[in-house]
Amino acid sequence: MIMDMNTPLTKNIKPDRAFATLDNYLSTGGYEGLRIAIKELTPLDVQRAVKDAGLRGRGGAGFPTGLKWSFVPMGEDAPRPKYLVVNGDEMEPGAFKDRLLIERDPHQLVEGVIISAYAIEASMAYIFLRGEYHLGAQRMKQAIAEAYDRHYLGKNILGSDYSLELHVHTSAGRYICGEETALLNALEGKRANPRAKPPFPQISGLWGKPTVVNNVETLCNVPHILHYGVDWYQELGRGEDKGTKLFGASGRIKRPGLWELPMGTPIREILEVHAGGMQEGFRLRGFLPGGASTDFLLPEHLDVPMDYGAIEKAGSRIGTATMIILDDKTCPVAMVLNLEQFFAQESCGWCTPCRDGLPWVVSILQDILNGRGRMDDLDTLARHTRLLGPGNTYCALAPGAMGPLQSALKYFRADFERFIRQNTEGIGRMTTKNTKGFSLSAVEGGQ
Amino acid sequence: MTEDRKQETENRKQRDASCLFPVSCLLPSEIEAIKAEAGHYETPSAASIEALKIVQKNRGWISDESLKEIAALLGMAPAELDGVATFYNLIYRRPVGDTVVHYCNSASCWMLGAEKVRERFCERLGIELGETTKDGEFTLLPIVCLGACDHAPVVMVGESIHHDVDEQQVDRILDGKR
Ligand SMILES: Cc1cc2nc3c(=O)[nH]c(=O)nc-3n(C[C@H](O)[C@H](O)[C@H](O)COP(=O)(O)O)c2cc1C
Ligand code: SF4
Ligand code: FES
Repeated sequence: MIMDMNTPLTKNIKPDRAFATLDNYLSTGGYEGLRIAIKELTPLDVQRAVKDAGLRGRGGAGFPTGLKWSFVPMGEDAPRPKYLVVNGDEMEPGAFKDRLLIERDPHQLVEGVIISAYAIEASMAYIFLRGEYHLGAQRMKQAIAEAYDRHYLGKNILGSDYSLELHVHTSAGRYICGEETALLNALEGKRANPRAKPPFPQISGLWGKPTVVNNVETLCNVPHILHYGVDWYQELGRGEDKGTKLFGASGRIKRPGLWELPMGTPIREILEVHAGGMQEGFRLRGFLPGGASTDFLLPEHLDVPMDYGAIEKAGSRIGTATMIILDDKTCPVAMVLNLEQFFAQESCGWCTPCRDGLPWVVSILQDILNGRGRMDDLDTLARHTRLLGPGNTYCALAPGAMGPLQSALKYFRADFERFIRQNTEGIGRMTTKNTKGFSLSAVEGGQ
Repeated sequence: MTEDRKQETENRKQRDASCLFPVSCLLPSEIEAIKAEAGHYETPSAASIEALKIVQKNRGWISDESLKEIAALLGMAPAELDGVATFYNLIYRRPVGDTVVHYCNSASCWMLGAEKVRERFCERLGIELGETTKDGEFTLLPIVCLGACDHAPVVMVGESIHHDVDEQQVDRILDGKR
């Protein structure tokens, strides 16, 4: 039990059970948070508790959750209906944390949704799931049906005068749908281009009505804050930030996976203790701390704690906190190309810098890798990191895409230059036998 | 013949029969399912993606004819619905095989051997990426990160996810399907 209190998000997720059933969930205090919220607290009390707890958004941007909710118009005169939308798009390369919560403990998310919807007086909630999460959709739908049966959902929840409908929307595969305003367009059945902000969704969201969009993991924290209290929650953090978080790692490490650990856990501890260090024969070259859209960090950053501020100070973002590990036998230039191909493909095409800039970045990187690079290509790439940077595009996809590129230019410049020199000096030139694009084996290790 | 295939043949028969009448090529069951989805939203057009998926599940892909009828049902212009349909990786506007194999080519899978997996699929199926086998059984497509990077390389076959895929497992997947 003591152990469980330190890992509230995953306490019901056990290796020997496929997923936590309603009974499993209830047996560890499930739906207690909801009971407390609805029977003892007003919506504003719930908002205050979440704000005081210090919960920050787990979807990437880290916006304080209670503060986000506080912009929603409340009371009799507020526009209605109001909506709560769960962002379960999770399509960023390297990210696999929300899937665990959705598939293995669906009731935790359902309870989080109901309490959070109550906090903003929403009468309708949607769980937006990426199209590939078939199993997740099935488990969520089952959990929702059970919650209706128990009067946790529907009319007059637990005998109160609060009512809420909850529906699962499954998407059809497009990364941009995870951007919260694009997600709203997608939910309305439109092409999922982002919307201008302001107005912010809290004022004018789904069908122009007040709407809050929160990440799956963010909402899974909420029941525990209500059940065990703000003080307990704050104690969970090891540094600046509060609570626990799912941290993950993939790549050439011994034990790729996910671990629920206190906010502020040093990266070294995650990689060396939990992930078991690098696989035999591989050394750590760098890592993307928060998924594909975050800047590379180096082994020298291993002692940085996984806190929003600390990672930012080191020059990156905590993002989804699911790390991608770059080993010494993978070419960083080729890895950046792989990442930029993803962003170029998934760009929604709405604004010019992103629509035209990303394919250009891809083609320059391909040239460099194929031995057709020139030194001034590096300036062109650097210029792109500014042109597609924050403030110059309609949404954060393009700036996110520039994260790995700008940090690779800084940290792995010698690798770029080695490919380029092979061209100008004409020695050891890369062969371009593979005309359908470069192949991994051709560039691995950058020889 | 598997249950699924039987059902599909049955659907096709029904569909062919209903197509004799100009009213609708959508099956009553499809129309009903789409209407049920639309009921969860403020406007019927919000069910556009789900409607496309309902019809695609029955017919494998979205033809121009299906597109027009779904659009009419949801009160959208066909071009508007096509803007939605073509936006998504998992809506097919061209015929695909009975089973679509999606291999993940995003960062972690790429690093851990996704190309070898792709090559093995191509070799075994005798097709290039984006193609369908002659017997109409399989289509091979790339897909972005499937959210299982701790088990890279990852492949989605139909609706099921396969972890830690290597060349031998490609063989097992295909042998199990044929
Ligand atoms: C291109 C792009 C993709 C995104 N994808 C996701 C996603 O899949 N899931 C998610 O929760 N947030 C995603 N976000 C962040 C959301 O816009 C938003 O900040 C988040 O859902 C807010 O929830 P939170 O405050 O609980 O973190 C994405 C942002 C961008 C720019
Ligand atoms: S930055 Fe890219 S993804 Fe975002 S709106 Fe512009 S084109 Fe679309
Ligand atoms: S990169 Fe392939 S599953 Fe994430």
